[in-house]
Amino acid sequence: MRSFYGTELPNPLMLGTAQYPSPAILEEAFRTSGAGVATVSLRREGAGGAGQTFWQMIQDLGVHILPNTAGCHTVKEAVTTAQMAREVFGTDWIKLELIGHTDSLQPDVFQLVEAARILTDDGFKVFPYTTDDLIVGERLLEAGCEVLMPWGAPIGSGRGLNNEYALRAMRAEFPDTPLVVDAGIGLPSHAAHAMELGYDAVLLNTAVARAGDPVLMAKAMMQAAEAGRLAHEADPIEARDMAEASTPVIGKAFL
Amino acid sequence: MKIVLNGEPRDVAAATLAELLAECGFSGKVATAVNEGFVPAALRAAQQLTEGDRVEVLAPMQGG
Repeated sequence: MRSFYGTELPNPLMLGTAQYPSPAILEEAFRTSGAGVATVSLRREGAGGAGQTFWQMIQDLGVHILPNTAGCHTVKEAVTTAQMAREVFGTDWIKLELIGHTDSLQPDVFQLVEAARILTDDGFKVFPYTTDDLIVGERLLEAGCEVLMPWGAPIGSGRGLNNEYALRAMRAEFPDTPLVVDAGIGLPSHAAHAMELGYDAVLLNTAVARAGDPVLMAKAMMQAAEAGRLAHEADPIEARDMAEASTPVIGKAFL
Repeated sequence: MKIVLNGEPRDVAAATLAELLAECGFSGKVATAVNEGFVPAALRAAQQLTEGDRVEVLAPMQGG
């Protein structure tokens, strides 16, 4: 597996921490699936110190922490959020989200590139949530990103890979860059699909957290992602239009 | 002094950001910003507050 800014991950599943029915179920989903990365956010601290309880639980999971800039719409907002996250979470990893469209949560790729440059210059290891546009990918790499995270479909939509062609092209264009399909995965088959294309990981949240049984779904996602990775490494056959008999014709009896 | 803390108007006695955190009972892992600018923990004691300042105190939270 490719490393992410020099860090080898135990498996290809990155899991969000939002929307679970309870903290206990969140914890169990991580433990059962073995996901090696947890995405987290920063929000206003309440009077009861809810953030501290959450932080303790996440630390106990012993996974890599990937703070996000979810909900940010401007470069300044995203950069400030990243700086605050670095101090609180003690990591220079940042999942850079710069939202450009309210309904689709499509990234504003122009601001994304600008923020990525500022943050990498400041020593951050940026994981940019981006579209599947090749030129934007190039610009992000030029800005100093060493990972790209194109969307499969809009966040929380569960639609899977909306544009397999574009994701395939991205894999071909950036053969040495760790690529993660981030967002849009709804089913284990979607996760397997991304990995079969040669992606290095999948990042998902809603599909697990909102499933009827999040723990079981987390396990299913992990197994699917692993299966997809192995399939890619195994060099799958090309699809064809017509049948090709698998049982030898030679030696067939004349009956 | 009247400030805005996490979006809510507050009347506080604190003169610095560090004093404000103590006065309002914040502890543990938090990050702070004043008037949309990040204030690192090491600079909170030196960060003077003035009337109308907008202070944000953020903590770890669930995220995707």
